[in-house]
Amino acid sequence: MTAPPPDPSDATPKTLISQGAEALVYRTTFLVPTLPALLKHRPRKTYRHPTLDARLTKHRVLSEARLLVRARGLGIPVPAVYFVDEANGSIFMEWIDGSSVRQVLDAILASPGGEGKVDAMMVRVGEAVGRLHKADIVHGDLTTSNLMVRKVGGVEEQEGGAGEVVLIDFGLGQVSTQEEDKAVDLYVLERAFSSTHPKAEKLFEDVLSAYGRSWKGGKTVLRRLQDVRMRGRKRSMLG
Amino acid sequence: MIALGLEGSANKLGVGLIKHTPGQPAEILSNIRHTFVSPPGEGFLPKDTAKHHRSWVVPLIKRALKESGTRVQDIDCICYTKGPGMGAPLQSVAIAARTLSLLWGKPLVGVNHCVGHIEMGREITGADNPVVLYVSGGNTQVIAYAEQRYRIFGEALDIAVGNCLDRFARTLHIPNDPAPGYNIEQLAKRGQHLLDLPYTVKGMDCSFSGILAVVDSLATQLLTSHPKPLLTPSGEPVTKEDLCFSLQETVFAMLVEITERAMAHVGSSQVLVVGGVGCNERLQEMMGLMAAQRGGSVFATDERFCIDNGIMIAHAGLLAYGEGERTPLEGSTCTQRFRTDEVLVRWRK
Repeated sequence: MTAPPPDPSDATPKTLISQGAEALVYRTTFLVPTLPALLKHRPRKTYRHPTLDARLTKHRVLSEARLLVRARGLGIPVPAVYFVDEANGSIFMEWIDGSSVRQVLDAILASPGGEGKVDAMMVRVGEAVGRLHKADIVHGDLTTSNLMVRKVGGVEEQEGGAGEVVLIDFGLGQVSTQEEDKAVDLYVLERAFSSTHPKAEKLFEDVLSAYGRSWKGGKTVLRRLQDVRMRGRKRSMLG
Repeated sequence: MIALGLEGSANKLGVGLIKHTPGQPAEILSNIRHTFVSPPGEGFLPKDTAKHHRSWVVPLIKRALKESGTRVQDIDCICYTKGPGMGAPLQSVAIAARTLSLLWGKPLVGVNHCVGHIEMGREITGADNPVVLYVSGGNTQVIAYAEQRYRIFGEALDIAVGNCLDRFARTLHIPNDPAPGYNIEQLAKRGQHLLDLPYTVKGMDCSFSGILAVVDSLATQLLTSHPKPLLTPSGEPVTKEDLCFSLQETVFAMLVEITERAMAHVGSSQVLVVGGVGCNERLQEMMGLMAAQRGGSVFATDERFCIDNGIMIAHAGLLAYGEGERTPLEGSTCTQRFRTDEVLVRWRK
């Protein structure tokens, strides 16, 4: 039995909560007004050639939905998928109540002596990415904005809290068994870390060590990460 | 304050004279350039490019001084490109800068080439705090300013986008005069069919070598009709123009996408495009459409400031000079690797 498709013209209220790089993200409800949901809609990109645009949008919507379902099935913390409309470029998914790791980091680091308080969260970030990679899923766009911390009992993440780290935004993800892809995934996260949170650069060490411990292939991927770092263009010869 | 800027990190030798007066926009006294053009099918080699720079640097500096009516005693400092770039051409220009510094008794300021592009773009367009897309033959970077540094959010993981275009032009024997990218742009305007090429974006980074390999093999098939003539999926013959069009549409869409991702990430709505590839009008148009969808705007300059030039080195050097920076003679080296984020940007508050 399949659920009836939501009528795009229905009166379900939608609130735009963010304009990401490729998608508009709305807060809405699904089927019943009491079930909060997140609607991720990829509008047509006028700058792209229509053929290329259609190819990319369809590919990304389907692959994002498939990866979410696959990850969810393996117990990895990702939002549940409710409904997919690939022709229209939309996915309805579970509403995660919480804030992004980026917001949490910014808030905590702004307070004096905040650095000591985020260690536990960094460990959970490392473990979450480790579980994803163990399942041979590569995220493709790991940033601190694409990692959420779920509220616990309606309370925001504070010092060393226990909020679950949830991975979101799998639009550039893929299934891959290669260490190379996983290492590039970590490299992208590392770079996002150092450019977004220049003051928190050394915290990334905690993410990596937790990652290394979290699954069997972790150490190998970390070694590969060394190679990937060396390969970046115009690397300084000093370090 | 007046600065002389010398740029020669690739095949262009640029000489510029700029004047800064506090509280006023920078005044460009002279901005001239001479380009080393290699024959179709060939790139520029470091040895020949350095030779070109050595033979042109004196006449160009003389012309800049004469045209602008600037006297040597009015010049405050000599700015030169410290890096990044090709070793031999960088060295030949650094030697010219050192010679002038000793001859005229003027201090030296070594400048990061990428920072030169960014500062010149900001000065010309008036963009205040934009996300910068720096695209040229040697560099592909998405940059935003934070905490006294230009931080690199995304970049090419292998070859630069301009290098991809240049090398494709060589395969198709498209002339290098005035620039291979310019000639590709003209051909692309007549392209009809979009061929499927790889699309490689990883977060805010991207990769071009795989695309180049595919489009190069298509070009070879087009030129030789081996093993069979190149046709579109609907059976029409593919032309050179179609290949240029497909390549441009694909790689530029990637560039716009990573720029948009960086804009969403840092929460900015302004974008500034600099570097040689930045004068491509199709890229500027696509960037404009993206920025408009986000309620922002695009800033771009024309070939005088987009393509490597001496004035940007003079401008960025003079900003640093104003903050007290000097490069002592024994430290006036150059380097092929010099990351944008290594420079401490003292002049921005």
